[in-house]
Amino acid sequence: MSAARRVGLAALALGCALLQGCATPTGVAADPRDPWEGMNRKVYAFNDALDVAVVRPVAQAYVEVLPSFVRTGVRNFVGNLVDVWSVVNAGLQFKGQAAAEGFMRVAVNSTFGLYGLLDIATEAGIPRPREDFGQTLGHWGMGPGPYVVLPLFGPSTLRDSLALPVDMQASPARFFSGSDEKTAVTVLRVTDLRAGLLTAGDALKAASLDPYSFLRDAWLQKRENEVYDGNPPQRFDYRDPDSP
Amino acid sequence: MLNSWIQPTRRGLALMLASLALLGLPSALASEESADAFVRRVTTETLDLVKNDKSLRNGDVTKIMQLVDNKLMPHVNFRRMTALATGPAWRSATPEQQKRLQEEFKTLLIRTYSGALSQVSDQTVFVKPLRAGQDDKNTVVNTEVRGKGDPIQLDYRLEKTPGQGAGWLIYDLNVLGIWLISSYNDQFKKEISAGGIDGLINSLAERNKANASGASARKG
Repeated sequence: MSAARRVGLAALALGCALLQGCATPTGVAADPRDPWEGMNRKVYAFNDALDVAVVRPVAQAYVEVLPSFVRTGVRNFVGNLVDVWSVVNAGLQFKGQAAAEGFMRVAVNSTFGLYGLLDIATEAGIPRPREDFGQTLGHWGMGPGPYVVLPLFGPSTLRDSLALPVDMQASPARFFSGSDEKTAVTVLRVTDLRAGLLTAGDALKAASLDPYSFLRDAWLQKRENEVYDGNPPQRFDYRDPDSP
Repeated sequence: MLNSWIQPTRRGLALMLASLALLGLPSALASEESADAFVRRVTTETLDLVKNDKSLRNGDVTKIMQLVDNKLMPHVNFRRMTALATGPAWRSATPEQQKRLQEEFKTLLIRTYSGALSQVSDQTVFVKPLRAGQDDKNTVVNTEVRGKGDPIQLDYRLEKTPGQGAGWLIYDLNVLGIWLISSYNDQFKKEISAGGIDGLINSLAERNKANASGASARKG
């Protein structure tokens, strides 16, 4: 079992164990999308502490130490491997154009782009389809289920958590043999991701009154937007509050 | 007999043309600008302004406030934005409370999102074709900010205001699939149920103070 898969299963097991007896705040402020809010807040606090202590400093060092063209190369390389999985999921959702575009991207970047180090496809204007297994399940009618904050992985939904082992099977680490290499690729991917989110992470704390619920709402909206490919149903009531 | 019928009509036509000229035909046509043309014009103007002004990109808050007040606020129905974010409690708020809410909310948004302006370099805005069948009071314009890396989804929700200003007002914003008002409605609801409108105003004021001192600490 690869290290990544073990972590994923441990996260799910931990999540299920914590489900027992965690009170949800009652009263008008309770959010129907988040029945496990008590547990989620605890996990969020844990993740935040870990982020402040380890992940963020590593990402900052990554940005300071490595020249930007190296970081771009890393992002492109990982992105190419992620594109492969997007093609599979686009196919599973019968999204022919997205699948074709993804396939073109992988073909162009893997050959002309030196195994993915150069992102020639984006410069050529081929759009990047972002499809994962959670979206595939969503497309075929599975609702998101309750909001779940996973240890390490962060915000998710029950559906996406169930899809996580499948997505992890197809993660970029899979393209490497040897557990050391797999771990190295995963760490690199997480660091690159976190480095890209450095300003966003600070903005979250500054822009919100309660970072936990702000992140929750942003995450749930973003996921629904992804499942519906940018055109989700309108959920908010926009009637003019000043009119009687 | 035919002559007497044609003469008044011709005069009527002449009067009509004269009055149109007085109204200023170009401005009458301008108010018929479509939602996507409006968004394209405003965003391109703003983006060009930011690209040409280094102090804006460096985070000069006074200049950013000026830019927002002069260039953007005239195109935003900020009262409606604040009212929607506040929810049903807005109706029972006093005019003084409503005014303070708008001020604190505006400060919060400008301070936190002005950081994005420092990232502007060579981005362009691509406005997608308008989706058919939209309500005049709730029109969504989809755009993409294109530059280095993945394009960023940026959508606007507009209401038509015939005869007023440019003919459209923005009242909600969507970045990367996340609508602003929905997110803040969630935030505000909690504060209101805990401490009412005044509780909400105080929390916003505290957050703004914390951000301001944080920013000056970083600069110093």
